[in-house]
Amino acid sequence: MDRWRIRGGARQAVEAAGAETTLTVQGSRSRSEGWKSLAFIALLLFSVLIGLALLVTLIIDALVEGSSRLNLDLLTNFPSGVPERAGLQSAIFGTLWVIGGMIVTMLPVGTGAAIYLEEFANPDRWYNRLLEVNIQNLAAVPSIVFGILGLGLIVRGPLSLGSVAYAGSLTLTLMVLPTVILASREAIRSVPPSLRQGSMALGATRWQTIWHHVLPNAIPGIATGTILAVSRAIGETAPLLLVGATVFVTFNPDGPLSEGYTTLPVQIFNWVQRPQDEFRVLAAAGIIVLLVVLLAMNSFAIWLRNRYQRPM
Amino acid sequence: MASLFACALVSLLVTVGIVLALAGPTIEFFREVSPLDFFSAQEWAPTFSPASFGVLSIVVGTLNVTFWAILIALPMGLCAAIYLSEYASRRTRKVVKPVLEVLEGIPTVAYGFFALTFITPLIRDNWPGFLGDAPGIFSAGAAGLVLGIMIIPTVASISEDAMTAVPSGLREGAYALGATRRVVATRVVVPAALSGIIASFVLGISRAIGETMVVLIAAGNTPNLTFSPVQSIQTMTAFIATTATGDIGVGTITYKTIFAVGALLFVFTLGMNLISSWLVRRFREVYE
Repeated sequence: MDRWRIRGGARQAVEAAGAETTLTVQGSRSRSEGWKSLAFIALLLFSVLIGLALLVTLIIDALVEGSSRLNLDLLTNFPSGVPERAGLQSAIFGTLWVIGGMIVTMLPVGTGAAIYLEEFANPDRWYNRLLEVNIQNLAAVPSIVFGILGLGLIVRGPLSLGSVAYAGSLTLTLMVLPTVILASREAIRSVPPSLRQGSMALGATRWQTIWHHVLPNAIPGIATGTILAVSRAIGETAPLLLVGATVFVTFNPDGPLSEGYTTLPVQIFNWVQRPQDEFRVLAAAGIIVLLVVLLAMNSFAIWLRNRYQRPM
Repeated sequence: MASLFACALVSLLVTVGIVLALAGPTIEFFREVSPLDFFSAQEWAPTFSPASFGVLSIVVGTLNVTFWAILIALPMGLCAAIYLSEYASRRTRKVVKPVLEVLEGIPTVAYGFFALTFITPLIRDNWPGFLGDAPGIFSAGAAGLVLGIMIIPTVASISEDAMTAVPSGLREGAYALGATRRVVATRVVVPAALSGIIASFVLGISRAIGETMVVLIAAGNTPNLTFSPVQSIQTMTAFIATTATGDIGVGTITYKTIFAVGALLFVFTLGMNLISSWLVRRFREVYE
């Protein structure tokens, strides 16, 4: 009985195929089988193509709506109540400070956690299992909950940093940390054990092995995961709304701890919400800027992965 | 090594932090508002006076949008996964998979803009009269539709991983017995990969429940106890985002309400996770 349960897929394979064979042998399989298969393929293709069609439509829609404002003024002007003069400069600098702070915090913590879990952790210990389950669960927590965490513990509460750019960095760090840890672990795991054994056999310590052999070989994988996480963070709006990214900042933040900042998606969201058509045009132009940055980063990350993803 | 362990510990502290950050203000909230009112009152107007805290309106708002989203995302995500894993040539897959990943990376604010300025007008202009009133400028259905399309890549990529992991011996066995490609896909590969497919479905639903920007932009922001796709609604996430952007004092009832709704949202996603891991264990197929 147990064996049947375990091999359920195999059982179904045999049953399904058996039923087909019976039909074929008895000659009762009608010609409609061909049509059924065709209809099925059409359904599958439609599902794939709708996603691609949407991507194209979204980009074209933004381009058509926003092209009239796509110029250098858009990048160099500050936000303004007058749509003709409004631009993204403070949002660009705000994004740079927030994301910069996030990368500096996220990289050591994420890589450190991944090295611990892959190279040192004994998976039989309850606390290591707890860590793993926890990281997987965190990956499904909605981003806005991280915003609440940032509001309650970082902006106010124990850390009380106030609405500074680094509070945004920390909030986003916590949000992308599970993704970075998972990607880095995978990269470290894919370094062949023979490399470690060779290094240890020549008398290197565990640390030397990790530092000189494991990490350098894992860098492409870690970089891919990091870039994808960073691009996700750049496009994130909701948690930043809670930790103090405001919408009418007419100056650039001059450091991670300077009060008052905005980011690209927050500024775009503000423009989307305004009723005047001119602001919609601005929003579309802002979305194009954001998409160009993100598509470039994602394409680079995917290229990097495919370039280094080879069996060793 | 202690410092590495500390790094790993940070992730656990995040969970503890979320629970602590939510618990304090939520407990204070329920000292002022009785849980009975919170879950049974019909109206959600926490910032009005007199205030009313019937959370059901925004919970139903979330479920409304989620329903339309998963109606699109789950079947289409599964179909896309079947195509990629069972039908697509290696070359097609090499093109389509990165495009799906790029789609996953598009910021949600862009999807929101797209829903509001492209999809909604499209639906309004082509609304067949026999279906009743056309949707307004803000509607749960349009937001759900775009949200659903947005989630397709998530569902597709995880399901596809699960299907690719099904040992090819199973397929070959079925082919040898005369099964067609469609039968192999639907009656051999899908059942064998069921646990992974379920995991992708649950993650898709979680994403729909937790998504903020698309609903905030395209579904309006009016608490409305309805499952109608043509009306404007408010979701839990949209409430949090709108209310928290204003400058609200710590300790006010509005501030506490944000945390109470956040706690409810967190419990929702945690529940989905538990259901998911139970289902995954229940349907897992083990192959030597």
